This record gives sequence, C-alpha cells and structure tokens, in this order.
Amino acid sequence: MKILVAVKMVTDPNVKVRALTDGTGPDLASVKMAMNPFDEIAVEEAVRLKEAGLATEIVAVSIGPAKASDTLRTALAMGADRGILIRADQAVEPLAVAKLLRAVADEEAPDLVLTGKQAIDDDSNQTGQMLAALLGWGQATFASRVKLGDGTLEVTREVDGGLQTIGLSLPAVVTADLRLNEPRYASLPNIMKAKKKPIAEKSPADYGVSLEPRLRVIRVEEPPTRQAGIKVGSAAELVQRLHNEAGVL
Amino acid sequence: MTTLILAEHQDNHLDEATAKAVTAARRIGGDVHLLIAGKDCRPAAEAAARIEGVAKVLLADDDGLANRLAEPVAALILSLAGGYDVLAAPATSTAKNIMPRVAALLDVMQISDVIAVGEDGQYQRPIYAGNIIQTVASDDPKQVLTIRASAFPAAGQGGSAPIETVALPDSPRLSSFVGNELSESARPELGGARIIVSGGRALGSAENFDNVLAPLADSLGAAIGASRAAVDAGYVSNDLQVGQTGKIVAPDLYIACGISGAIQHLAGMKDSKIIVAINKDPEAPIFQIADYGLVADLFEAIPELKSEIEAKESA
Ligand SMILES: Cc1cc2nc3c(=O)[nH]c(=O)nc-3n(C[C@H](O)[C@H](O)[C@H](O)COP(=O)(O)OP(=O)(O)OC[C@H]3O[C@@H](n4cnc5c(N)ncnc54)[C@H](O)[C@@H]3O)c2cc1C
Ligand SMILES: Cc1cc2nc3c(=O)[nH]c(=O)nc-3n(C[C@H](O)[C@H](O)[C@H](O)COP(=O)(O)OP(=O)(O)OC[C@H]3O[C@@H](n4cnc5c(N)ncnc54)[C@H](O)[C@@H]3O)c2cc1C
Repeated sequence: MKILVAVKMVTDPNVKVRALTDGTGPDLASVKMAMNPFDEIAVEEAVRLKEAGLATEIVAVSIGPAKASDTLRTALAMGADRGILIRADQAVEPLAVAKLLRAVADEEAPDLVLTGKQAIDDDSNQTGQMLAALLGWGQATFASRVKLGDGTLEVTREVDGGLQTIGLSLPAVVTADLRLNEPRYASLPNIMKAKKKPIAEKSPADYGVSLEPRLRVIRVEEPPTRQAGIKVGSAAELVQRLHNEAGVL
Repeated sequence: MTTLILAEHQDNHLDEATAKAVTAARRIGGDVHLLIAGKDCRPAAEAAARIEGVAKVLLADDDGLANRLAEPVAALILSLAGGYDVLAAPATSTAKNIMPRVAALLDVMQISDVIAVGEDGQYQRPIYAGNIIQTVASDDPKQVLTIRASAFPAAGQGGSAPIETVALPDSPRLSSFVGNELSESARPELGGARIIVSGGRALGSAENFDNVLAPLADSLGAAIGASRAAVDAGYVSNDLQVGQTGKIVAPDLYIACGISGAIQHLAGMKDSKIIVAINKDPEAPIFQIADYGLVADLFEAIPELKSEIEAKESA
C-alpha cells in the first residue's frame, strides 16, 4: 500500500506574524519557517502505518518555493521514502494545490492520501476536501484515530459535538487533527539518511495546472489590538468590577 | 443575487449559528434561502422558516443524508447550485467538511471563515491565527463561503417562509456512518454562551475540571471551555477546545483560568467582550489582553470567586 502525504512549509507556529505596513501581505521577511504542525501529524501517521507493516511506500509532496525542500527533508527524516517538490514562488490557493495533488495522485496511484486539516498560515481548511472531490474519493476530515482494514478504513473524527466515526473504502483522503498522534522528532542518523533520499523537482506546468488565483487580495491589515486592562487585588474586587464597571454580571 | 445557506441543525433542532449566517447573507444582499439536509429533519426546517429574512426553505429529508456525511450533502448542494450566486454555511465542523468539496466540484475557490461582508463583493477573513485580517474579492462566477458565526448577530424571528422539498440525487456511496460519541452536557453550548469559564493545563486533572471549575461555571450559568493543553491531557473532551484550531467564541464574558495565552488560544477568544484572566504568573501573556487580571493560585481564587458571585446573587 502506498501513501501520499502533503506537507506545506509555513511560518513557525510560535511566531506572531504581522502585516506589511503597505497592506499588501504578511511580513514574512526573516520569519522562521517550519512544516505545518498538522502535516507533521499526517507524516507521523503514515510512518506508523508503514512501521506496522500496513504501508509499503510513503511519498511526500510539497508545493512551494525552493526552500520548501527543507520541509520535504523533514518528512524524509521522519520516515517518508521520497519527495516531490512542485516549485511555486507565488501564492497558491487551496484549489490549485488540490489540482496539483490530484495530478500527482493520478501519476502515483496511492491508496491513501494524508493531509493536515488546515495550514496554520492561511487557515483555509479546504485542500484535503477539495482533493477528495476532484479525485471522486471519499474523505475523512479532522481525524483523531485511523484504523486500516483490508481495503477499508475506519476513521474517528473530531466534530463540534464530540467524536464521529465513519467507514470508507480505499482509496481515500484523510486530514489529520491535533490528537491523531504525537509526531516524533527525527533522530540525527535519520536526518543524515534523509539527505540521500530522492526529491524530484517539478513545475506546475508539468502537470498542466494553472496557478492563476481566483481570489484577489485587496489588502491585509492587523486587527485592532486589545489593551491590557487592570489587575485586581481579590476575587471580591473582581466581582464588584464585573458588576458595576463592565456590566456583565 | 440569491444565496443558499446550508443550515446547521440536529434534525429536530436548528442551531443558532444558522441565524447568524443569515445575517451575513442579508448583508451580501438579495434573497436568502436555507437548505435543511438530514433525516427526519422537518422540525429544523420549520424553525428555519421562522428566521426573519429567509425567503424560502429547501427540505431534503433522506436516509442518505442522515449524519450529513460530506459526499451526499455536497452532491445535493451541487444539484441545487445552478439557481444560486452564493453558496454559504456557518463555519461549523459539518460545513468545513462539506463546502470545500462543493467548491472544488464547481471549480471555484472557497472563502473560509468570513468575518465581515463589505461592498462590491469584498469579504474579510482572519489569517495567521487572527493576527492579520485579509480582505478578498472573488473572480469566480459563484462564491462559496463559510461564515464565522461569532462575528455576526443572529437574525430575528417572525418569518414565515415556505418550505419546499427537494430530492437527494443519486451519487456513489463513498463513506458510511459507524457511530457518534457526542458529549452530553446540561450547560450552554460554547458557540452560543453568554459567559464562558475556560480552564488550562494548570487545572491538572479531569477531577479538578469537575470539582473546581465546573461549580464556578454553574454558579454563572456559563459554558465550559479549555485550552488545547487541557484537551490533549485528557482533562476534557475535544469539543471544548477554544482556539485557532478549535472553536471560535466571542461571549460577553470569558474567564481564562490557568491558561497562559498562546497565540493559538487567543485566536479563539480575543473578540470576547470582557476577558478575565486568573493566573499565578504575573508575566503570563494572557494578561496582555485581559480587561481584568487576577494574579493568584486558581485553586484558591476560583472557589473564592464562586462564593463572591453567590453572595452577590443572594444579596
Ligand atoms: C511563496 C508563497 C507565498 C504566499 N504568499 C501569500 C500571501 O502573501 N498572501 C496570501 O493570502 N497567501 C499567500 N500564499 C498562499 C497561501 O499560503 C495559500 O492560500 C495556501 O497555499 C493554501 O491555503 P492553506 O494552506 O490555508 O490550505 P489548507 O486547506 O488549510 O491546507 C490543508 C492541508 O493541505 C496541504 N497543503 C496546503 N498547501 C500545500 C502546499 N503548498 N504544499 C503541500 N501541501 C499543501 C497540507 O497538508 C495542509 O495541511 C503564498 C503561498 C506561497 C507558496
Ligand atoms: C498547530 C497548533 C494548533 C494549536 N491550536 C490550539 C487551539 O486551538 N487552542 C489552544 O488553546 N491551543 C492551541 N495550541 C496550543 C498552544 O500553542 C498552547 O500550547 C496551549 O494553548 C497552552 O495551553 P495552556 O495555556 O493551558 O497551558 P500552558 O501554556 O502550560 O499554561 C498554563 C498556565 O497556567 C498557569 N498556572 C499554573 N499553575 C497555576 C495555578 N495553580 N493557578 C493559576 N495559574 C496557574 C501558568 O502560569 C501558565 O501560564 C496549538 C498549537 C499548535 C502548534
């Protein structure tokens, strides 16, 4: 069984990203980049399926600038077998990402595609669902447990009311939520080994996919910031102020 | 211009997020129709028909729509899409699962988590954990939107829209329902609560959520929320997580207890009207956005707060 995992390079989750003062986009100069945390979880799940003898090959795909090969190397160090980098230096919307991933899936014929549930930069939460639609496959989003059977999959999903479990037949798309697993740190020997694993470099044109955006970004700005209020001395003072001053009690 | 909203409902009951999405759709302009998709869901359709500003309710009641799996609901919306300019839904876990599937099959980009509707088809949405607000316009022939319910007031009651039934088209069965483990609680639901009492890692155990935090919540008639750390540690269930990748809330009063204030947590609650933070570390980042901060050990402060509230109420 072959697994395709989509990994995106995003800003480090601990960095508070600011808007450029001219309002044209986020200020990403000198911001540290990392693999999208949800994609680490997706890679980890794929590696665990391989370690359990349920998968034979893991292919990691990233769409992004040359530097996104670092993200692919991280996936390879965690245990993916090879990488595909589709070079794109401009913004790529989820629909275009999904079309590129569909083209890769057509070529690679995986039994399972794993993605993160959302990328923490653009927060779209769309790509996996779009990919499933374009492939005509079933989807299991926000997965917190994946049980692989013989040509089937049982997935528990984190939903607003709690948990929902669904069944699917393969091939299918699964998007990883926070509690699916705890991703490993790559060991030094595995980081060294990953340097020798192959990464194929492609362009969107190789797949006949246009990156022409459908959405026009008019401007970006920072929301009004909240000011720190006051410190109260006691629970009694707090209740009194919430009642008299804030009017919420 | 006509908008179709996929309603959020539990078959016999309509969620308030739907009426909030109606407000957003009315700001876009034109007629607003609501789609109720489910099984034995006429009660939800009747509630939908009473929302002010709704011109028509479409009711699709079918075994194949039970539990609202993504593939059949997307197929249903696609069969109706021809008559609409905008396809929208409140950004619930159900809609986030379904709407991108619809968008891809229509070959249009979805605009996720809309928080404001402007003139000339412009929409605002938060990116980078809400640290940046992006204004976008779509060049697609149709628009697919998910709407952040906490950013819009609920539309009023008093409408009497006609209910029309629609049929689920044939489509391949790509997934099947196995089971639900839904949280049962008598407390208000996070999305609609006026007051939320939220607990972090510092609570230390599920028992402390029950014995320390819950009594405070109950004295206020509040909902309970949590940080990711508290959910990951198994103190509470996943549906209580507030944040960038959990639920987005904006109550009148949010009381954060033993929560440090990571950007991902703030992304889910910083639009609350009044924020209170209780933390023993005076340097905790949560104090930078709190209207009222109490530097204290929560195991002492929370019971005190509860008795002060009860004293005030009985006064
Ligand atoms: C160099 C560059 C600069 C950009 N600059 C801007 C900008 O200034 N403003 C702006 O609004 N947008 C910009 N974007 C685009 C923005 O990041 C896209 O909207 C984004 O690629 C898709 O949205 P999302 O990641 O939120 O998707 P989601 O649907 O949230 O992603 C879900 C999952 O899909 C997979 N996935 C998504 N994208 C990729 C990818 N590229 N490669 C592999 N897997 C992926 C991952 O598994 C991810 O977890 C830029 C993109 C690039 C590459
Ligand atoms: C991809 C990604 C997504 C995420 N999504 C979310 C999300 O949606 N929601 C979310 O909340 N987090 C999210 N996080 C996690 C986030 O970064 C933080 O790790 C998390 O919010 C921390 O939870 P906490 O504040 O409870 O714990 P901590 O950061 O450990 O803070 C505990 C606080 O309690 C205080 N404290 C300790 N003991 C006491 C006491 N006795 N009395 C009073 N105060 C005490 C401490 O001073 C400290 O400030 C995400 C992270 C990533 C990488």
